Amino acid sequence: MANPTPLTPQGYLLARTRWHPLEILFWLATLLPFLVFPNYLSLASQIAITALFALSLDIILGYAGVVSLGHAAFFGIGAYSAAIFSKHVWGEPFSGLLVAAALAGLFGYATSFIISRFRHLPLIMITLGLGLLAHEVANSAHWLTGGSDGFQGVSTEPIFGLFRFDLYGKTAYAYSLAALFIVFLCARRLINSPFGLALRGIRENWNRMPAIGADSRAHIRKAYTIAAVIAGICGALLTQTTNSASLESISFQRSADVLVMLVLGGAGRLYGGLIGAAIFMIARDQFSGIAPQYWYFWIGILLVTVVMLLPNGILGGLSKLLGRWSRK
Amino acid sequence: MLPPIFGVLFDGIAYGMLLFVLSVGLSVTLGLMNFVNLAHCAFAMLGGYVTVTLVNIFGWPFLATLPVAFVAAAVTSVVLERLLYRRLYRASDLDQVLLTIGLAFISVSVAAYIFGTIQQPIATPAALRGSFDFFGIGLGKYRLFLIGIALLVTLAMVIGLEYTRFGAQVRASVDNQRMARGLGIDVDWTFASTFALGSGLAGLGGALAIEIVGLDPNFSFTYLVYVLIVVSVGGLGSIAGSFAAAMLIGVSDIAGKYYVPELGAFLIYLVMVVVLMWKPAGLFGKR
Amino acid sequence: MSAVDNNAGIALATRGLSRSFGSLVVARDIELNLPVGARYALIGPNGAGKTTLINLMTGMLPPNQGQIILGGEDITALSPQARVKRGLARTFQINSLFAHLNPLEAVTLAVCERRGISSRFWQNVAVNKDAIEEAYEILAKLKLGDVAYQTTRELPYGRQRLLEIALALATKPKVLLLDEPAAGVPQEESGDIFEVVAGLSNDLTLLFIEHDMHVVFRFATHIIVLVGGAVFTEGSPAEISADPGVREVYLGKRHHG
Repeated sequence: MANPTPLTPQGYLLARTRWHPLEILFWLATLLPFLVFPNYLSLASQIAITALFALSLDIILGYAGVVSLGHAAFFGIGAYSAAIFSKHVWGEPFSGLLVAAALAGLFGYATSFIISRFRHLPLIMITLGLGLLAHEVANSAHWLTGGSDGFQGVSTEPIFGLFRFDLYGKTAYAYSLAALFIVFLCARRLINSPFGLALRGIRENWNRMPAIGADSRAHIRKAYTIAAVIAGICGALLTQTTNSASLESISFQRSADVLVMLVLGGAGRLYGGLIGAAIFMIARDQFSGIAPQYWYFWIGILLVTVVMLLPNGILGGLSKLLGRWSRK
Repeated sequence: MLPPIFGVLFDGIAYGMLLFVLSVGLSVTLGLMNFVNLAHCAFAMLGGYVTVTLVNIFGWPFLATLPVAFVAAAVTSVVLERLLYRRLYRASDLDQVLLTIGLAFISVSVAAYIFGTIQQPIATPAALRGSFDFFGIGLGKYRLFLIGIALLVTLAMVIGLEYTRFGAQVRASVDNQRMARGLGIDVDWTFASTFALGSGLAGLGGALAIEIVGLDPNFSFTYLVYVLIVVSVGGLGSIAGSFAAAMLIGVSDIAGKYYVPELGAFLIYLVMVVVLMWKPAGLFGKR
Repeated sequence: MSAVDNNAGIALATRGLSRSFGSLVVARDIELNLPVGARYALIGPNGAGKTTLINLMTGMLPPNQGQIILGGEDITALSPQARVKRGLARTFQINSLFAHLNPLEAVTLAVCERRGISSRFWQNVAVNKDAIEEAYEILAKLKLGDVAYQTTRELPYGRQRLLEIALALATKPKVLLLDEPAAGVPQEESGDIFEVVAGLSNDLTLLFIEHDMHVVFRFATHIIVLVGGAVFTEGSPAEISADPGVREVYLGKRHHG
């Protein structure tokens, strides 16, 4: 493609943040389930929530390079906050969502002071430890969370007092998809912001950042808090759309699954987590007949393959393929 | 009569010894190559299933299966090291985490496929059943045996690392890999053999663990958490650190479950987070 | 706190700076004074502690003893990034760049950090016209304008060396410490890099490490010779080249070797 007028530096950066036609196509495609798969709207809603969760991990892992094995802690905090709020205060969903986001953000901010001190193996251990700790707290606080029996008594009122959460998941999917899209817009803006640039700088070269005057730890604290807020929203969405909350929402399994989805799709690419989540959830649904332990056999094979052959995930592999193809 | 706290302490120490045998190999290989191996307990589980199979199907005596569990885990680990791990020594932590979590997932499925998801029964020799009465508290014979084995392993490792040529090579490689290479030490070979030994010990630990904690396909993950806690609290590459941390975690876990059962596993996670915040490199860590 | 602090016109000074690793002394009681606008060279045999001295001054390595004084202010206790904010920048002997960013993004990042807008997560980076144009001007000045949009890792090595300097300049330093700016660059190109260095503003105080004596004698107004972690001697290029001791420890072995 010949471009006769060379871009100004500002014009160049602006052009990089423009919407690609494929992106618009992607978001149009998210509306398909309403028309084509009306029987799968509940699943679609779960996918949207999980995709948002993967996006939240992408901000810290894909952009700032902070590996977390305990991200479900914030998901769980959001899930239980929304559940407790609906039971003891009121069932209006938006306020529940906000409370959940705020609480998860608060915990994220508090723990970000710990997280930002560590890197490499100690960081993996600390996030794993904090995640397991959160799970244990939720398990022990039976009086509050219902422990392993699950939380009883979530009641979510209709959205705007009009749209009831129906059996087919129509409202649920619309609600989750709207949340996903709005938060995605914010995340997209964040990635294209000066702050997003700083996060990429941290990922690319931690050691250089202080030499250009950057306080990487402050950046990481901020990114971690934002990711926690988003994860909290995801947890609340799951509680509200399923009218239940359980220990599963705060388990190590969830932390590991979201990591797998993100890496499968391609970390550091915004859409990687979304696509990874969709593939993961659809595959799990299709193979729901087989016992979970065999499902994880394929996940394991997939992980080994991705690490060995597709280091940048599906999206990374695709863009490499496209690059090679267009160069010919 | 001794108060029950001594019984709790005894069980805690025995449990700590088990954790030590399970985790010391990981600590050494982590310190040596900085490789995050989350599949370590899959090797332990392999040892466990080897013992179960030999005892229950082939009628071997329990004690005779222990060396086989060791060898099976060691050999399997070295095959995987040559095929997969070796290619990721210079890769990011994340890639190492993903590869080894993948292997752990696979191990869970394979175990469930072959042996089912039930807890495996094991017949220990009559001599190891029951307990001694020691001033009013019961000391389980099997636990005494476990402590004995763990002390033997510790002794063998200390002697092996301090007084043999191989040990000197391992220590040199842990301290400064580049210098070790410069001195003509074959670091790759040193690592492969240390890795095999560490995984072999895990296999032995897995076999010894059946009587205490049972064996099912989730062993790869359930005990991974404990092992990682021991390793990170103790400090990478430090045998003394792993030993101290295993005791600390073993005793806190048993004491916690005995005195404040409602806290569950809360206590050990708390111990870990507090220790790491105080000393990010672990109790005996250098880095 | 001491009488030396009233030295006017000193951009960067060290007082009794020392550091050792066990029994290995890498910096021994180093006293330096860099006047404003200086063009100083730091030379010495391999392992003399030249890079260590830069690490000490920029805060990447804490000293055991001594002070670092930037523009009359004791900065010894400050973090590396706080020193950068006060005007002390450095480059690295081995490229330390952002491999997957392009030069425009990397320098814009550094400019945003200096302007204190790098934590704005709510606005598009492209709206900061001034910051972007400033970044591009720095790149253009260092002859990197034509590769501003190419991924850093794909740039020729010599261009990457210039980007090292561009990143440091984006922090608007008062004092710039250059650790072998032309390291690894073929001799015929290293002159280009030093031409760029020599063309920097006269207000900027420069200290550079360099092995090539032709380059040192051509660009430095003053030379500090470091041997075994201590200042062996210092003086004008003429004095240093005439010093028989320097010839022995350094020039004799490296020059015309």
